[in-house]
Amino acid sequence: MKEGELESVPALETHDLSVAYHKKPVLYGVDLTIPKGQLVGIVGPNGAGKSTLIKAVMGLLPLRSGWVEVFGQPFKKTKTRVGYVPQRESVDWDFPVNVMDVVMMGRYGKLGLFRRPKKKDRDIARECLDKVKMLPFANRQISNLSGGQQQRVFLARALAQESDLYLMDEPFAGVDAATEAAIIELLKELKERGKTILVVHHDLTTAREYFDSMVLLNMRVVAFGPTEQVFTVEQLQKTYGGRLTLLSDVAGETERQLSGE
Amino acid sequence: MNDFIPAFDWTRVVIDPWAAQFESSFWIVLMGFLATAACGLIGNYLILRRMALVGDAISHSVLPGLAVAFLFSGSLQIGAMFAGAIVAGVLTTLLIELIHTKSRVKTDAAIGITFCSLFAIGVILINVFAGKIHLDTECVLYGEISYVPLESSVKWLGGAIELGPRPVVTMALVFLAVIALIVVFYKELLVCSFDPTLAASLGFSPKVFHYGLMVVLSVVVVSAFESVGAILVIAMLILPGATAQLLSPRLPVVMVLSVLAAALSSLLGYHLGVWMRCSIAGAMVVAAAALFLLVWIFSPEQGLLQRWRRARRVDDGGESRIEENNGYSS
Repeated sequence: MKEGELESVPALETHDLSVAYHKKPVLYGVDLTIPKGQLVGIVGPNGAGKSTLIKAVMGLLPLRSGWVEVFGQPFKKTKTRVGYVPQRESVDWDFPVNVMDVVMMGRYGKLGLFRRPKKKDRDIARECLDKVKMLPFANRQISNLSGGQQQRVFLARALAQESDLYLMDEPFAGVDAATEAAIIELLKELKERGKTILVVHHDLTTAREYFDSMVLLNMRVVAFGPTEQVFTVEQLQKTYGGRLTLLSDVAGETERQLSGE
Repeated sequence: MNDFIPAFDWTRVVIDPWAAQFESSFWIVLMGFLATAACGLIGNYLILRRMALVGDAISHSVLPGLAVAFLFSGSLQIGAMFAGAIVAGVLTTLLIELIHTKSRVKTDAAIGITFCSLFAIGVILINVFAGKIHLDTECVLYGEISYVPLESSVKWLGGAIELGPRPVVTMALVFLAVIALIVVFYKELLVCSFDPTLAASLGFSPKVFHYGLMVVLSVVVVSAFESVGAILVIAMLILPGATAQLLSPRLPVVMVLSVLAAALSSLLGYHLGVWMRCSIAGAMVVAAAALFLLVWIFSPEQGLLQRWRRARRVDDGGESRIEENNGYSS
C-alpha cells in the first residue's frame, strides 16, 4: 500500500473499455472495479479477450473507447506498481540468458533508463527465486527448465517487481501439480499482504476453489462478483454459450457442491 | 594441386604479407575485423529477435539512400553518407511494418517487397544520374577491401598524428560507438528482445529500441559497405553471432565470442584470399562460414558430435540429458 492513499481507491477500475483488432471488436464495454487485496480470476472461453483485457489495462493496445485507472491514476503514472506475468509460450526459451538474468528483468522498471542493477536488486531477485524454490537454479540456462520451472521463474520475476497489483496470464497452464499448488499458495500469501492479483484462468474445475471473486468474460463482462454468486451454471452457460456441453458437468458438480455442502 | 588452386606457398601466403607488405596487410585485416565485429555485435540482436532478414533488407535498401545523398551533397562525405543510410534504414523499417499491418501480406513477404524495390530504385538512380553519382555498382555490391590501404589517411592535430586510412578510422569509430551503445542500453535491449510485452509494461518502448537498432544497423552497414559490399555484409551480420551463440548460453559471453570470431575470420580470410588470389572480402566470409561449420560440429554443448554422442549414450541406457533436466519436478 502506498502511504496517503485512500483505502477505498480501487486497485483497478475500467470504464466502457473497448478494444478492436483490425476493426473486429475483441472487447467491448468492460466495466470493472476491483478493490484492493483481492484474488480475482478471469474466466472465459478461448478468444473471449482475457489476455487482451490484461494488455489493454497496461496500455499495450490502442483502446477504441473507455479508460483504465490503476490505483486511481492512469497506468502510465502507476506502472511501477504493476507486475506482469505473460503467457509462458510468449518468449523464446532458447534465449541466451540464465534464470537469474530473467528474474533481474523484474527490477528494470524500478531502475529506469541507464541505471544498472545493484547488489540490492540482486538480493531481492535471490529472495524471490527462493520464494518459488528456484534459488538452486539461479545459474541454469533457461532452455534447461521444465514447464513448471519456467513458470516459477516468471513468477519470481513478477515478485521482483515488488508491485501492488499483479496481472497474470494463465500462470497455471501446462505446469505440474506441485508447481500449481506452490503458485496458488504464493498468490494467497500475496493477497494476505494486501496485494491485488488478477489471474487469467482456464480450468473451471479449480477456479471456484482458487478465487475470491471472478470475472466471467466473453468479449464483454458476463458476470463479475464474489465467486459463490457468479460461478453458477446459468452464468457459465451465458459465458461459454453452446460450448458448455462438456463443461456443464463441471458446472453441475460445482452447483451441487455450492448448495449441498 | 591443379591449375585452379594455386600451390600453397608458405612464404607467399603467410610470411610475405607480414614482412614485405606489412602496412597494407595490417590495414586490410584491421578493416575486415572492425567491419565484421561491428556487424556481428548488432547481428546478435538481429538473430535473437528473429530479424536476420531485416538485416538483409537494410543492407540492400541503403543503396538508394546513398544515391540520393550523393545527388544532394555532390560528394560522398561521411555526414551525407550516414544521413542517407539512416533515412533509408528507417524508411525500410517503416515500409515493412506499413505493408505488414495494412494488408494481408505477411512480414517475410513485406520484407522482400520493400528491399528489392528500394534496391532497384537505387540502381535506376545510379544509372540515370551516372554523371552526378560516382558510385561504382560493382564496388557497392562486392566491396573492395584491398583498396583500403590506398585511401587517403586521416591526420590529427594538423598532421602530427597519422591515424590511418579514412574507411578504417570511420569503421573503428562506428565499432566503438556500437560497443558503447550496447553497454549503456544492455538491460533495455535485453528485455525488449526477450520479452517485448514486459518491456512495454515496464515503460521501455520496444518500438523506440527497435527503430534505434535499425538506425545503428544502417550506420554499421553503410560504413562496412565500401570494404565488404552489400552482399557480404549480410554474412557478417549473421555468421559471427550464429557461431558465438552455438558456443555459449550467456549473452555477454556471446558478445565477446562474436568479436573473437570476427578477428579470426578476418585474419584467416585474408590469408585465404592471398593464397587463392581472390576477393579478400569473399575469402573472409568463407573463413567465417568455415568457423561456423567447425563450431557447429565440435561445440562442447550443442555440437553435432556431442549431440550424436549423447543420443548414443541414451540408446545404451546410460545417464541421459533428459533425465537430468527433469530431475527437479516437485
